[in-house]
Amino acid sequence: MYVAVKGGEAAILATHDLVAEARRGDESVPELAVAQIREQMGLACGRVMNEGSLYDPDLAALALKQAQGDAIEAAFLMRAYRTTLPRFGSSEPLDTATMAIRRRVSATYKDLPGGQVLGPTYDYTHRLFDFSLMDSPDVMVGLDPTISGQEGASRATAAGDARVKPEHDVKPLDSHMPRVPDILGAEGLMEEEAPPEGDPRPFDLTREPVTFPADRDVRLQAMARGDEGFMLGLGYSVQRGYGNSHPFVGEIRVGEVAVEFVPEELGFAVDLGDITLTECQMVNQFAGSKEVPPQFTRGYGLSFGHSERKAMSMSLVDRALKCRELGEAATYPAQQDEFVLYHSDNVEAAGFVEHLKLPHYVDFQGELELIRRIRKEREKRLAEQQEALPEAAE
Amino acid sequence: MTVHQSITDETRPAYNYAYLDEQTKRMIRRALLKAVAIPGYQVPFGSREMPLARGWGTGGIQVTAAIIGPDDTLKVIDQGADDTTNAVSIRRFFERTADARTTEATDEATIIQTRHRIPEAPLKAGQIMVYQVPQPEPLRKLEPREAETRKMHAWAEYGLMQVKLYENIARFGEVTTTYDYPVMVNGRYVMAPSPIPKFDNPKMQMSPALQLFGAGREKRIYAVPPHTSVRSLDFDDHPFRIQSWEQPCALCGAADSYLDEVVIDDQGGRMFVCSDSHHCETRRADGHRGAMLADASALHLVEDEAKP
Amino acid sequence: MTPNDTLIGAGFADPVFQSQGAFRALLAALSEPGLAYDISVSVETPVGLEPATAVALLTLADYETPIWLPAALRDGPAGAWLRFHCGATLVEYPARAAFAVIDGAGTEPKLAAFNAGDDQFPDRSTTVLVQCAGLEGGATVTLEGPGIPGQRAVAPAGLRPEFWAEVEDNAALYPLGVDLLLVHGAQVLGLPRSTQIVEAR
Repeated sequence: MYVAVKGGEAAILATHDLVAEARRGDESVPELAVAQIREQMGLACGRVMNEGSLYDPDLAALALKQAQGDAIEAAFLMRAYRTTLPRFGSSEPLDTATMAIRRRVSATYKDLPGGQVLGPTYDYTHRLFDFSLMDSPDVMVGLDPTISGQEGASRATAAGDARVKPEHDVKPLDSHMPRVPDILGAEGLMEEEAPPEGDPRPFDLTREPVTFPADRDVRLQAMARGDEGFMLGLGYSVQRGYGNSHPFVGEIRVGEVAVEFVPEELGFAVDLGDITLTECQMVNQFAGSKEVPPQFTRGYGLSFGHSERKAMSMSLVDRALKCRELGEAATYPAQQDEFVLYHSDNVEAAGFVEHLKLPHYVDFQGELELIRRIRKEREKRLAEQQEALPEAAE
Repeated sequence: MTVHQSITDETRPAYNYAYLDEQTKRMIRRALLKAVAIPGYQVPFGSREMPLARGWGTGGIQVTAAIIGPDDTLKVIDQGADDTTNAVSIRRFFERTADARTTEATDEATIIQTRHRIPEAPLKAGQIMVYQVPQPEPLRKLEPREAETRKMHAWAEYGLMQVKLYENIARFGEVTTTYDYPVMVNGRYVMAPSPIPKFDNPKMQMSPALQLFGAGREKRIYAVPPHTSVRSLDFDDHPFRIQSWEQPCALCGAADSYLDEVVIDDQGGRMFVCSDSHHCETRRADGHRGAMLADASALHLVEDEAKP
Repeated sequence: MTPNDTLIGAGFADPVFQSQGAFRALLAALSEPGLAYDISVSVETPVGLEPATAVALLTLADYETPIWLPAALRDGPAGAWLRFHCGATLVEYPARAAFAVIDGAGTEPKLAAFNAGDDQFPDRSTTVLVQCAGLEGGATVTLEGPGIPGQRAVAPAGLRPEFWAEVEDNAALYPLGVDLLLVHGAQVLGLPRSTQIVEAR
């Protein structure tokens, strides 16, 4: 029998209650504090800050809590909040050369001024579960020695957990760590990157509509907030052959950079605080052209928090998207700015994919009516042909 | 540094009237005026990120938020009905952020925000239709690149669209587009009417109401002023035609409205009822009775307004 | 210079609702060319601007929209008022302007001096506010086009002799062209590029 879809409002309000219950889960398990998420799920917070285009670790943690850990839903919360914030102005350009570095690796030089600094990385963990994290609330800092013990060192003693709070090199890091592209640039081997004429304020795609072909400031901004998974897939495609690229990691650096702002009434820069950034500079071959001798070209990636995968993927796609400026053919998806920019925004993509959940029965009825009628007309036509056939045979 | 916006008064509530800040409203209003001056042309605008998901009406919501004021009465429909979940959600949004007076009565509304339908009751002068648009580019399925479709509009090169429609006819004997059926506006721009059924296309032609279209995710606004030519694309030997049903609405008996099909059992039983819920209720209140109204009423599934 | 020259008169007392009301009148005016709409809001209009001009610019202009004014207005209280209330840049070249204010009786600049947009972005054109002596009482002109059922007659007063020929030339550029708002007192009348000047039937 016909059920009119009445009571939509009551149903909607009930979904709000249900999602609140689902978020909380079993109430016998203690509630997560936002600070716990911020401190212990820092990489997830970094992703939410990147895709939400807002540097605020506390809000990112809150977004993750409210969204039950759904990174895209959390990024959506960040963006919906961000869009309502008044703008006091734009900061001075950040200077990553002055970064307080915690991690810095280069694949292009065995050693370089400042050295290689491994820092906090999962790169050389063996992805073995540390089961003691499962049930012990107070595991000390440091991995289980069965996973992370030093070569030749004895295994954990029978006395139990042998881990100790690790002591690192107390030697301070070299304050002078030139960026690798700058080293190449000094030799004239790296493509020069000068700001556009007049050094205009960069485009802001959250306030202005994008037109194509898109300039590099637009592309970099779109990729910085683009979906990590999508950027990773595109970057990977470039490496596998869907893009003419031969990348080397010139340098990845992670650390803190000061944000400075010049209030109009003061006229000099004020330090607003530090933010954590990951920067990747990818070095690529370039054969040169009639005008330009062979040199290296740059792919650039920058992201909030410690998020190397994102910064690396971005730098691969950045280089691929430079094809127009460098006179290369734009054959593959990662080289097509419209394709990359329109489809990397996961909040937009999720909205449009998920809108298919909304009722479409008016349009579907139109399709039903059409298909039924075309089939009926076809059957009629076939029946007429059948009737006509025996006569033709006589 | 560049100051984009002055600091707002701290004593005001956190959100501005109708959610959007005034600078954003000005930007949308400027786009709307250009859209009205160039009927059917898609004006790019700085679509804001909204607290509702992209694809869920953020374009229509931004347009409504930029035009609505205390003198307005707002009606929101989805699939023709006022009580579909997303229509309820959007109506709540404006009740909360703009203290909007709302209605389900088409003739009482000054602004009608819609997804997928134009009401059956004729629109009047002074009314504004706001359409939610998922894909504003009528040529997008033929040419995915924006840089190319923009040139096609610039040069009024619509041959590709004609070819596609004609291929349809060659293959199926008719144009098989049933919704979002492309129209030519003021003899110049091919326009997507949004995914309304082609049944509703004739209602756009020379309508006395102002029609505004908002595509939030795609960041485009376009418009059809009142009394403007809106012609559905067709061919002399295959004129445009709309859907028709073999039976009238089972609840109100209307024979000239767009009908939704409702599956009523697993034996192939179907009933057809008006998609415009307010139109159907109004007709029943006026004493029109469809074949299944008594059954539906006995089960308290709909109100039989005419019953004593 | 008297102290009064340096004082900048008040803008909107209630920006949210006054601009919303004024916008709806402007939207109606461009949607239904040839009909006069009232946008009376009390603001302290500077010398040289019609009240409707001042309200329209307060409603629509900001730091994103360069405004062109005749030099006398640009360097006077009107320019200062618009800079202060709208944060708008005042530009010297008509073709750079998003909005422009001209004297309907003046000989320069011609409508063709303003930006007509380009074929891919016809929306990037100037909206020109034409201040005239009256929205009726002048020579009758017949209009056709979107927003007009059949034909509509208008008779604004105090326009330069070649004005309507310029409007015809502008309409011939369609879909390019400038959009006009004729203003007098608190009233505004729209003449978008889509409107054709025709012989009365």
